[in-house]
Amino acid sequence: MRVLRAGDTALLVETGDLAAAHRLNAALREAAWPGVVDVVPGEQTVLVVADPAADLDRLAARLPDLPVPADAEGGAEPVEIPVLYDGEDLDEVARLTGLSRDEVVRRHASAAYTVAYLGFSPGFGYLTGLDPALHVARRESPRTAVPAGSVAIAGPYAAVYPSRSPGGWRLLGRSRAPLWDVTREPPSLLRPGTRVRFVPEEPS
Amino acid sequence: MIEVVRPGPLATVQDLGRPGLAHLGVPHSGAADERALRLANRLVGNPEDAACVEFTFGGGSMRFHRAAWAAVTGAPLPVCVDGRAQGTNAPFHVRRGGVLELGTPARGLRSYLAVRGGITADRALGSRSTDLLSGLGPAPLSAGVRLPVGASTELGAITVDVAPAPRMHETPILRVLAGPRSDWFTEDAMATLTSAPYQVSPDSNRVGVRLDGPPLTRSRDGELGSEGMVTGSIQVPPSGLPIVFLADHPTTGGYPVVAVLASVSVPDAAQLRPGQHVRFRT
Repeated sequence: MRVLRAGDTALLVETGDLAAAHRLNAALREAAWPGVVDVVPGEQTVLVVADPAADLDRLAARLPDLPVPADAEGGAEPVEIPVLYDGEDLDEVARLTGLSRDEVVRRHASAAYTVAYLGFSPGFGYLTGLDPALHVARRESPRTAVPAGSVAIAGPYAAVYPSRSPGGWRLLGRSRAPLWDVTREPPSLLRPGTRVRFVPEEPS
Repeated sequence: MIEVVRPGPLATVQDLGRPGLAHLGVPHSGAADERALRLANRLVGNPEDAACVEFTFGGGSMRFHRAAWAAVTGAPLPVCVDGRAQGTNAPFHVRRGGVLELGTPARGLRSYLAVRGGITADRALGSRSTDLLSGLGPAPLSAGVRLPVGASTELGAITVDVAPAPRMHETPILRVLAGPRSDWFTEDAMATLTSAPYQVSPDSNRVGVRLDGPPLTRSRDGELGSEGMVTGSIQVPPSGLPIVFLADHPTTGGYPVVAVLASVSVPDAAQLRPGQHVRFRT
């Protein structure tokens, strides 16, 4: 673990890999240290944002002794996200990967995913675990509006757009799962570390 | 209640934002110049976290449908109530039906209007702030919008006549600390950042201040995994031209952060206007 400074109110902790970042994130949330305002996992890091009055040196010194759980999710079952696979880019992804449409769907729906981190927009989780055969570049020109619930892939990641936004990911389908609801506590269905499975849904 | 007669170039409701939700992809948001918002609230006896109106480049006008005490802080600009001049950084009274008009700031970019009782627009995720990146909070203000004002009966007395105005320099000097990824850059990069003047680009906004000037050169190729970003981070995209993150910045980013503003300099960055020059020093 390497602890870097991100200005005078935050520490950026390098954990070496994603699973360790999720474990440290879980431990920091559990510990709920006074003076810690935000804990933000990344691909191989955890950003710890402190209150301006907090003592960063003391915070940094306490980090290595923090008890870290063996499993960040405490053995929780994966979240199941139903998907209707009728996405606009399904044919193009099939062409780019050399797979059939059905095979693209089968591979997307059979993988076990983990939310690496959230970003881009509230509730937008970057999911790792995508079948390497489905790693395709994002569209050359992004769409100005992607509907909420769009199930998409880009590079090594899968995602579901939690709200309508511009976006350049390839659309495989759509889901009615409520990814984001500001009136719900917590507002996001996904958190860093959440395990996810996609479940194909028949058109009704 | 106060009514927007004219919002000026951009006016939004802001408080101290949405800390604690960054792991869910929710930007911090809140007043870009938090120091000015806190001062405006103190001047009218509000709690420091009450919501105010953030005006960008002045120009706004508001009609007060109820008599209230008010104060304007941040970028200094002409303030008129019913045609009569008022000072900034000082509480003043507006009668019922009175109209407040803001001119254009001579220096700085963002001015804050506090009304005693606070703006009580609806909260989203605990805050009334407009987040221009994610769309959370009230829409940017437009003519005719009516903003509710909270009760002032429980508030303390107004005790300050005028607060010392923060100085806004022609070419501000912002303090920086080496960033978490300063080792991704050549040794010259930090020297360049802290010696050459940079010019504020017109496409700057509440997300970040984009700078034109000598590009900063990376010492290593490759992709940095996405990581959490703080307000004041100076991120360097492939162009080499730095971007200083402000209140509505994305919670994670994949470009290396060469330096981070000292927190005392973040409000100064929020007051930079397009075309202006700025310097950085360690």
